[in-house]
Amino acid sequence: MNEMTAPVQKLTIKDFTSDQEVRWCPGCGDYAILKCMQRTLPELGATRENTVFVSGIGCSSRFPYYMDTYGFHTIHGRAPAVATGVKLANPELDVWMITGDGDGLSIGGNHMMHVLRRDVDINILLFNNKIYGLTKGQYSPTSDPGTRAPSTPQGSIDSPMNPISFALGSGARFAARTVDTALKHMPGVFTRAHGFKGASFVEILQNCIVYNDATWADVTNKAVAKDKQLLLEHGEKMIFGADANKGIRFNAKTFALEVVTVGEDGITEDDILTHDETNLTLARMLAELGAEPSEPMAMGVLYADPAETTYAEAVHAQVNEFKGKRTLKDMIYSGQTWEVS
Amino acid sequence: MASEIQELESAVVRFAGDSGDGMQLTGSQFTSSTALEGSDLATFPDFPAEIRAPVGTTFGVSAFQINFGARAIKTVGDQPDVLVAMNPAALKTNLGNLRSGGLLVVDTGAFTKRNLQKAGYEESPLGTPMMDDYQVIDLDISKQTLEAVKEHGLGNKEALRCKNMWTLGMVLWMFSRKREPIVDWLNKKFAKLPDIAASNVAALNAGHAFGETAELNVSIKRYQIGANKTEPGLYRTVTGSQALSWGIAAGGELAGLNIVLGSYPITPASPILHTLSGMKEMGIVTFQAEDEIAAICAAIGASFAGSLGVTSSSGPGIALKMEAMGLAISTELPLVVINSQRGGPSTGLPTKTEQSDLYQAIYGRNGDAPLPVIATRSPGDCFEVAIEACRLAVKYMTPVMLLTDGFIANAAEPWMLPDLDALKPFKVEFAETPGEGETYNPFKRDEKTLARNWGIPGVPGTEHRIGGIEKSYDTGHISYDADNHQKMTDTRFAKIDGIANDIPLQEVEQGEENGTLVVVGWGSTFGPISEAVKAARAGGLSVSHIHIKYLNPFPRNLGDLLKGYDKVLVPEMNAGQLKTVLRDKFLIDAKPLNQVSGLPFKIVDILSAIRAEVSA
Ligand code: SF4
Repeated sequence: MNEMTAPVQKLTIKDFTSDQEVRWCPGCGDYAILKCMQRTLPELGATRENTVFVSGIGCSSRFPYYMDTYGFHTIHGRAPAVATGVKLANPELDVWMITGDGDGLSIGGNHMMHVLRRDVDINILLFNNKIYGLTKGQYSPTSDPGTRAPSTPQGSIDSPMNPISFALGSGARFAARTVDTALKHMPGVFTRAHGFKGASFVEILQNCIVYNDATWADVTNKAVAKDKQLLLEHGEKMIFGADANKGIRFNAKTFALEVVTVGEDGITEDDILTHDETNLTLARMLAELGAEPSEPMAMGVLYADPAETTYAEAVHAQVNEFKGKRTLKDMIYSGQTWEVS
Repeated sequence: MASEIQELESAVVRFAGDSGDGMQLTGSQFTSSTALEGSDLATFPDFPAEIRAPVGTTFGVSAFQINFGARAIKTVGDQPDVLVAMNPAALKTNLGNLRSGGLLVVDTGAFTKRNLQKAGYEESPLGTPMMDDYQVIDLDISKQTLEAVKEHGLGNKEALRCKNMWTLGMVLWMFSRKREPIVDWLNKKFAKLPDIAASNVAALNAGHAFGETAELNVSIKRYQIGANKTEPGLYRTVTGSQALSWGIAAGGELAGLNIVLGSYPITPASPILHTLSGMKEMGIVTFQAEDEIAAICAAIGASFAGSLGVTSSSGPGIALKMEAMGLAISTELPLVVINSQRGGPSTGLPTKTEQSDLYQAIYGRNGDAPLPVIATRSPGDCFEVAIEACRLAVKYMTPVMLLTDGFIANAAEPWMLPDLDALKPFKVEFAETPGEGETYNPFKRDEKTLARNWGIPGVPGTEHRIGGIEKSYDTGHISYDADNHQKMTDTRFAKIDGIANDIPLQEVEQGEENGTLVVVGWGSTFGPISEAVKAARAGGLSVSHIHIKYLNPFPRNLGDLLKGYDKVLVPEMNAGQLKTVLRDKFLIDAKPLNQVSGLPFKIVDILSAIRAEVSA
């Protein structure tokens, strides 16, 4: 009999789609992200057996159930810690972490900070819809002030946080942003995040059609997108706008980025900043861009500056340096012993 | 004058001084010298919660007690026979416990007006009628030490630090113990500081010589305590934290799994994190997490990926881990949770011992969330119990709670080195790639143990998704079905209850299998209960001792066994937790004997409770 090995076939979107019925609300932004992931993984050469999705609690955290890979739907806010454990046990695995603004920045803020600081080699996707969906619409740590929700009938009072600024402040070495509807842009961001050695943090502007519909509309609507999104490319000028004539300039007097128009007030392309994704100071400024109505939000890879080694690798390097040099028996039988006969 | 040497069966020595006086070192070095002579022993490091409490205060007193003998020693001793008090505060806090007629050694050099004031003495108690009950050796140890180390040129402050070695030298002489192991240890410890090493050795020798030559009070004798006739073998001293860490490492090897420990610093559990962090040679991975929750979650993540996750903490930290324990119960992943119990509630008494987390262990967590609970009884016992925790975790795919306590963690005792090659392996087999036409079901159960089928990432064909949402009994997929939840809840209980068939029957430690009274204990009360029952039986009382290691599920014969006695007495260092569980499980009239002073039971207290019960 001939032993035949099956030819290695390229996996397809189908291979990464589980048999579970997807249970998000019709029209939820999560669907597009899921499809994009299922479509991108085969392109990355990912295998089902080496891919693990870890999530916390919330709408977005149901994601692992729909991927035909390994998946762990954990508890609220703790996905970064569980994912760290997975990598400590097996640094070879390709680990994706799915979280939301409530899960990742509120109840799990501490773990998020530390997984980024440690630079554990996982890809973190934070679905930011500025609301708690699964618990029926309370305001979240990224909600706009004045958000009227069941727990804030007069409008929320506290200031929102900026996920990318938080990530960079925590020591993230990779930070990127994309939009749930940007079906062309998102795969590129996933590919970069996947290829990055270390913790990659991706904020995805996601629409919750039920509890916070159109919260990103002033950035993502087709009609305004070109004027409200700055698509970053490393080494390229920061030019944007429907007429591709707006740009970002560094104003040394205000020590801030500002929007200028090429061809007006003597501004030329030379005045426009060129994106350097290894520049942390620049990344911090870009992260905050969009706070003013006149500013675009920065999309794409804001920052990517890999370290020499990642956390789990370094941990195992320490272990491997000593492993096998002494047995448990050596250890127990060493020191002061005496014989009773 | 040459002193005569008197043979003693056992003795209790307590070293007490200021936190900065090095009493823990003195005690542990006296312990190693004593252990090498083959005496049995038990130690009790009793230190304050503050790292450096103000010098000379009563709350800054640190003490180390050792009970050693030519017979089996099971407790640290109710009352010291010898008390070394390095300052007035140490005298004040410890004198009350010294046996009447006992020997008191004090450093008069530390009895300054200021120190007396700080300890709350109006005038020095030395030489007053308060001392009449004791034999007192009052020496200016400070001065003697300065004299002894003079030639090594240390500053006054550093020279005075050698006081503890001078004292140790004298106590070694008093009990005819060898100095050599301590000299070796000092030379090794201070290898880079030869002046300090030489000074400490000089102080040790001077203290010893002082005993030998000085005209101490004639009534003071030299003692000899021989070797304990015990099982032949190779011995060493071991603390609970050491034995537990080694047991975890052994458990990992027997299961054929890597250990990943997630832990967060907390008193008195940190030594386990420290010990395992120093065991990279055995491939052990340790992770000092950002908090208690991350520590257990990382351990769970590691188990999901095919290692054996372990987390170690104390009561307050265990409280934080409860939700994650529920996740491990629901996803049926192996995990070992170690609780080194301390006084509670809340921050409670971090450095004092208690066994008040039994309810937390058995009944903690939201929902019906059963898990096995086992307890250690002594430092050496930790090795075996840790291995058993690993075995149950992987065999039954469940988190296991291992209860130890602050006393066991820090105490030391002689331990016969185990034959590691004789330990029975319990090698884990992960689910393999399914064959043609087959599919992998993560919740397919072993018929006998009800354990689920452990498949791990990296293996093709066993891809699966799990989480804390209820799962279908048949497929493991999410299920909100009412009957299914009933079935899964019943199954989770049946799995844990079934462990009763896989553990030894409960044995009676001492006494008959029926009679007037049985004293039932668990954990570190083993020593005092054992001694109290022995004394009661010697006095002709019908008393037995049962000590429970498996607290959930109980051994399957325990209920019948307990019903064979007229009365059941349960001494515990809590407000009566095992008592309640026993009443609940077996509908018996278990009587509590409770103490939550942060200190181990005294034999006499248990003995009088036994007498009262038997005669009532
Ligand atoms: S509640 Fe909002 S986020 Fe959640 S599934 Fe529905 S639309 Fe999506």
